[in-house]
Amino acid sequence: MCPNRVDVNWPDPPAPQRRRFVEYLLGGGLLASFASFLYPVLRYLVPPRTPDLGSDTVVAARVGDLKPNAGKIFRFGNRPGLLVLTPEKEYRALAATCTHLDCTMQYRDDLHQVWCACHNGIYDLNGRNVSGPPPRPLETYDVHVRGEEIIVERRKTSLRTPCESCSHRKTENA
Amino acid sequence: MNVFARVRDWLDERFGWAEMIAPLRKKTVPQHRYSYWYYLGGITLFLFLVQVGTGMLLLLYYKPTANEAFESVQHIMTQVKFGWLVRSIHSWAANLMVFTAFAHMFSVLFLHAYRKPRELTWVSGMALLFLVMGFGFSGYLLPWNTLAFFATKVGTDIAGQVPLIGAQLKILLRGGEEVTGATLTRFFGLHVALLPGLTTLLIALHLALVQKFGISVPPSLEAEWSAQPVERREMKFFPNFFLRELMAWYIALGVLGALAALAPWELGTKADPFAPAPAGIRPEWYFMFMFQTLKLIPAKVWFVDGEALGILTFSGAALVWLVLPFLEREGSRRARQWLFGAGIFALAYMAVMTVYGYVAK
Amino acid sequence: MTQGSLKLLLRTLGILLLFALVLAGASPIHAQTPAKNSCLDCHSIMPEPLGVTTEQFTADIHSQKGFTCANCHGGDPASDDPTVSMGRAAGFKGKIARAQVPALCASCHSNAAMIRRYNPSLRTDQFSQYQTSVHGQLLVRGNSKVAVCTDCHSVHGIRPASDSRSSVHPVNVAKTCARCHADSDYMKGFSIPTDQFASYSASVHHEALTVRGDLSAPTCTTCHGNHGAAPPGVASVENVCATCHVFQAQLFDTSRHKEAFAAMQLPGCVTCHSNHRIQRPSDDMIGTNAEAVCITCHSDGDAGFAAAANMRAQLDGLVKAIHQAQEVLDRAEQSGMEISGPKLNQAQARDALTKARVTIHSFQPGRVAEDIQEGLKASSANLQAGMEALAERDYRRIGLAVSLLTIVLVLIALRLYIRKIENPNP
Repeated sequence: MCPNRVDVNWPDPPAPQRRRFVEYLLGGGLLASFASFLYPVLRYLVPPRTPDLGSDTVVAARVGDLKPNAGKIFRFGNRPGLLVLTPEKEYRALAATCTHLDCTMQYRDDLHQVWCACHNGIYDLNGRNVSGPPPRPLETYDVHVRGEEIIVERRKTSLRTPCESCSHRKTENA
Repeated sequence: MNVFARVRDWLDERFGWAEMIAPLRKKTVPQHRYSYWYYLGGITLFLFLVQVGTGMLLLLYYKPTANEAFESVQHIMTQVKFGWLVRSIHSWAANLMVFTAFAHMFSVLFLHAYRKPRELTWVSGMALLFLVMGFGFSGYLLPWNTLAFFATKVGTDIAGQVPLIGAQLKILLRGGEEVTGATLTRFFGLHVALLPGLTTLLIALHLALVQKFGISVPPSLEAEWSAQPVERREMKFFPNFFLRELMAWYIALGVLGALAALAPWELGTKADPFAPAPAGIRPEWYFMFMFQTLKLIPAKVWFVDGEALGILTFSGAALVWLVLPFLEREGSRRARQWLFGAGIFALAYMAVMTVYGYVAK
Repeated sequence: MTQGSLKLLLRTLGILLLFALVLAGASPIHAQTPAKNSCLDCHSIMPEPLGVTTEQFTADIHSQKGFTCANCHGGDPASDDPTVSMGRAAGFKGKIARAQVPALCASCHSNAAMIRRYNPSLRTDQFSQYQTSVHGQLLVRGNSKVAVCTDCHSVHGIRPASDSRSSVHPVNVAKTCARCHADSDYMKGFSIPTDQFASYSASVHHEALTVRGDLSAPTCTTCHGNHGAAPPGVASVENVCATCHVFQAQLFDTSRHKEAFAAMQLPGCVTCHSNHRIQRPSDDMIGTNAEAVCITCHSDGDAGFAAAANMRAQLDGLVKAIHQAQEVLDRAEQSGMEISGPKLNQAQARDALTKARVTIHSFQPGRVAEDIQEGLKASSANLQAGMEALAERDYRRIGLAVSLLTIVLVLIALRLYIRKIENPNP
């Protein structure tokens, strides 16, 4: 017998089979409960397919989604955006909500401009309101192509397109 | 020899494992009609562990900048698998923890467990209570939604009313003059680094003290048991109390899961610093009693500014509460009754003011 | 100091002093005093009606460009002697008669070569336009109560129209017109009503201009013309509205109302929407209910009545579908589900509703139905998404039930185990 060993009360030797039912139940229950906690945690750790790029950046489309001289609506935060591939193969992105009465707009391939079907408002691809009721220009965004993805990003500075060439109403020469 | 016995021996040869856990084997918990209150401390600890766990999981996806915080929480709630569960558990457990911490404090007060030799246990516990409220205040801002933004604005405005140091305190808390992204960064640092560090140390201290002094028995019972030693009943901590504690922890876990799934924590709308404050801004429920009191105090009491007076009164009360054990002369029945009365008054006041704060609008 | 050096010092000082005097005489300080304007010297301190304050004068665009009183009134502003400054020799005209005002202004403003020297893009047809206006025509026939240039542009403190303080800035135009046209005493000799300003002030165009600051919103001059001001006339009202409301006019032209209204000599647009008191239209204007404009002409039994009822029913249907979807989405959101995608898509349904409300102007239920269908498609997709979100919520509750089950299992097992170890086996 080891003299240094502390005499402690270990539990009794295993009881007969039917008496071990409670132990099995407890062990089984604990395992089941741990599994039901662990499963969500493990699923949580795997990053989801749509990454969170933050409110200022979004993957609007993939290369090939758009033909030249076509447009596509994408979701940018809580508002729609419009991605356009010009006939010169250049990507442009702007806010797709009309500044007149908030209708969602579209790209007109015949006019090469952004058009609001509600009251015939027209904006150029720089976001300037050129015709119809819209009172203000559209917010424009930066577009970057990264591999197969077309990334649209809010501009860092709040520079908007200049308003001076608004041809809707010239008040001086009326 | 089975696996457990082999591991046990391995640890014992190197660390004297058996010797280390021997006191735990001998630890007992008094059994009497108030014994159920003893579970509250453990439940608070359990909730803290839940918070650390869910908090670390949230840290994997949360982005602590004014621009991205709200969207990252939205991302967690909608895109991350079971993100809604982790976040809702974190929010609910936070509230439950504040509740159990207060309940634990009051039960210790009414069961008179703070008396000699357990004064420092009380002080460390009060410090932990303040830290828990700090956790609540700092964590509430992190989703950066409208309610949180304005609640933080109001809360730090009130802090700014503290006489002499108020203005500096406000700037220190906010990381600037106004509540901005700088405030968020500061609160984030507090919430995930400074406060957890301090809390861990204090919990270690608190538990070590509890271990050292054992579980206290209310004075009346202590007197009874001294007179009739045979009446004294003690339960072994391990395994008996421990198993019961485990039951309590599982019940708490079940309640948390049910709350998270049946009453998920809302996201709100992203904070807009330039929008006017929505009507009915109020802090979380555990600050409500103070908020409501400040609203009721008139703008000027004699020549003293009302809000400052309110803040001073609460600070004074907190200080008194902190040093409660030292106000009582040993064995003095009068002092004990006074403190008991003060405890009843405080509890009633907080409860009434909290309800009033919600009803009055 | 020696005598010699003192002399040197004095001599230097003398030369310096001379130099300073010469400089002072030649200094540009002289050139900075304004050109002498004896007219303003006296008239700036005279009371009404002869008074013209210095502030007025300096604010005037003409004085800023270098013109003075003499350019319109004649006379000699360099002389202080009234017999000279206001004498016949200097061409003094005195107060200009109202009937002469337009011709006087036009002597410069219709001279393209002259105006080009100051503002090349300023128009020079105001006078010829004015001569076609009601004001111009009545003036020629001897009625001097009508508006002349100075009535609208003010007389001595004229600002360009782009200046927001100008009486002819878009926001101020209606008030300027109302000075006469809302004054029922002044308008006694004329056969037109005087309630236009009151009606316009209650209109949605007025709100757009003054409250929302949309300078493209119409004011009096937008529809009536400014220099050539005249009411559009029954046949042309629709064209005037169509300068902005293009779609509605195009659709109206395809409708049966165009011919019918022309036959009845009813103006397009104004018949239903009024001319000055144009209110924000609501769905109540369409249909067969008491507030609808349709029942002014149509009655139960005719095709128009049925069409009106049909179109209203379609609009109501879409409104209801959008609300229904919104309600489910709100419920899902309340339960903690994330539905920001479908919520955003509700905008599509609302857009379709906006378009349908424009297509109404074709008065053809079939065409309205196209837009309505689009809207119904979007709102039903959103309703579907909302139901799916609610189903997901229920799925979560099942998941919860499973984990609660395991927890209860553990609790029972613990209870039994505790009982077992505390009650020794018999």
